[in-house]
Amino acid sequence: MFEKALVGDRRYWGLIIALLAMIGVGFILYLWQLKVGLKITGMSRDVSWGFYIAQFTYLVGIAASAVMVVLPYYLHDYKAFGRITILGEFLAVAAVTMCGLFILVDLGKPVRVFNIVLHPTLNSVMFWDMIVLNVYLLLNIVIGWTVLEAERNAAPPPNWVRPLIYVSIPWAPSIHIVTAFLYSGIPGRGFWLTAIMAPRFLSSAFASGPALLVLLALIIRKFTRFDPGREQIQTLAKIVTYCIIINVLFFLFEVFTVFYSQIPEHMHHFEYLFFGIEGHGKLVPWMWVSFIGMVVASVFLVIPRIRRDETTLAIGCVVVIVTTWIDKGLGLITGGFVPNPFDKITEYWPTVPEALITLGVWAVGFLMLSILYKVAVSIKEEIMT
Amino acid sequence: MTDINRREFLKIAGASTVIGLLGGWKAVELLAPGELEAKYLPKPEALTAKRWAMVVDVKRMDEAIAEKCIEVCHYIHNVPDIGDPKREIKWIWLERFEHAFPGQLQEHMAERLNGKPFIVLCNHCDNPPCVRVCPTKATWKRDDGIIMMDQHRCIGCRFCMAACPFGSRSFNWGDPRPFIKKRYPEYPTREKGVVEKCNFCAERLAKGLLPGCVEVSDGALVFGDLTASDSEVRKALRRHFAIKRKPYLGTNPQVYYIV
Repeated sequence: MFEKALVGDRRYWGLIIALLAMIGVGFILYLWQLKVGLKITGMSRDVSWGFYIAQFTYLVGIAASAVMVVLPYYLHDYKAFGRITILGEFLAVAAVTMCGLFILVDLGKPVRVFNIVLHPTLNSVMFWDMIVLNVYLLLNIVIGWTVLEAERNAAPPPNWVRPLIYVSIPWAPSIHIVTAFLYSGIPGRGFWLTAIMAPRFLSSAFASGPALLVLLALIIRKFTRFDPGREQIQTLAKIVTYCIIINVLFFLFEVFTVFYSQIPEHMHHFEYLFFGIEGHGKLVPWMWVSFIGMVVASVFLVIPRIRRDETTLAIGCVVVIVTTWIDKGLGLITGGFVPNPFDKITEYWPTVPEALITLGVWAVGFLMLSILYKVAVSIKEEIMT
Repeated sequence: MTDINRREFLKIAGASTVIGLLGGWKAVELLAPGELEAKYLPKPEALTAKRWAMVVDVKRMDEAIAEKCIEVCHYIHNVPDIGDPKREIKWIWLERFEHAFPGQLQEHMAERLNGKPFIVLCNHCDNPPCVRVCPTKATWKRDDGIIMMDQHRCIGCRFCMAACPFGSRSFNWGDPRPFIKKRYPEYPTREKGVVEKCNFCAERLAKGLLPGCVEVSDGALVFGDLTASDSEVRKALRRHFAIKRKPYLGTNPQVYYIV
């Protein structure tokens, strides 16, 4: 089936070359980082995780969201999603790959990454995150590829793949729960130390992932002969709508606990993010855009007319993707580190090389996604004719 | 050169397999944990304890003494002087009361504590979150309570830095070696990409010496075995009321402050 990725029109190759160019830039800068160290980033003694770990966290959510198309089809026999499970699974493959790369580029000693396997440490959440992410990657490659191949041959998928599919369903939320545990189990970082962290991760994941799938489905319909289907897009839209509403609610629950209890160590982080402390407030406008954007998206997407119109739906999905990205990709990590354990403020902002390395990793993910989607869509087109 | 036939070849091959297996088994026995395993025994001159702890006598500690402690520590551990507060590396340093003990500042404190610098370092917690989160066991707790770092195993993920509620850990954002003013040959330097922190001078204790900072502190820093009732730390804690940093987090720091 892979041969399908090797033929394509000008647009396809244009996209591939553009992504390769971005990867090239990111890779060269990564070599520089490898040589001189992480000092080329904006991270510091106080904000010791930055853009890389934030992207990792956001993308785990995108990856987990594949379950939102797989579950209705396999557990509820919702036939319409049979057409697009492959889009969810291949998106998960690309997203988890990016997650792995973001961890790798964040390591001070990447050559020693296998120490995690050589010295397995059961009490470290990072060990478990490594396990769940890698297994999830494998599950989605195997399931996606096998089912697509069966579809091409007009045969039912082999029997052995079914148990794997059932395993992959609870496995999807597990990757994001374990990722939330990286943060929510740490004492002394009031912003992260909350049981709502994992639920918030899941709600924002199940809003942002399906929102991205809606956009990808619309793009596929526009540029190929395969139509993921109006009903499919509408069902995804409902998932996006309710998950973004739940996400706003979860956020407000946390805000209530933090500000009604008035415990300074929990309040300071929110104050920094949304109002700034002592003139330090780099993230203030971002956080408000994120919060207001989520509320607006929630309200508008509930209105059936707006959701049914695919243009306004697409706008809503873009808003959901951008606002959840700000929430996790900018606010979550920095907000946890500021103020620092000494109640002092050190701000963080990614440097240009750091941003370009990040972009390079995103480009690797989108290259994989383009190739995998090219294969999937070509097979779907082939079946139709 | 004699030709061997199939039968002889099989004989030789069979015999060597058996010998090989026996040898292999012997090697397994030899390497398996048990009696034969080399045991680490401290040298007779080493200082040992069941639980090392430090008491900071804030009344006796002034800025001049503190500077001496910091200087000697950073010298004998080849701690670089990066000069950039965002990327600096420090094992022991000064913080004002409200930063060392955030949330505990009261409007009407004893005047002598006003703006008084507190010396801070790794607390060598009894229940250390940094050890809990490390994915490679590069940081671990010794039987005597010292939290150690293996800079040869550390992958530089910095999970321990996120987990430490005391900001005790530093990361080598770049190569530290050019920033070491005077190299101290008896202690290794580090590479870029690994985490480091105070080790309660484990290398000095092994030689029977007290931690460097304690030695130059004029009695403002007391070091000893918390489980021995006649130790200096126990005596100090019996005589004075002492506080610990962020005790409510349950990490149980082993650096005490007599205020």
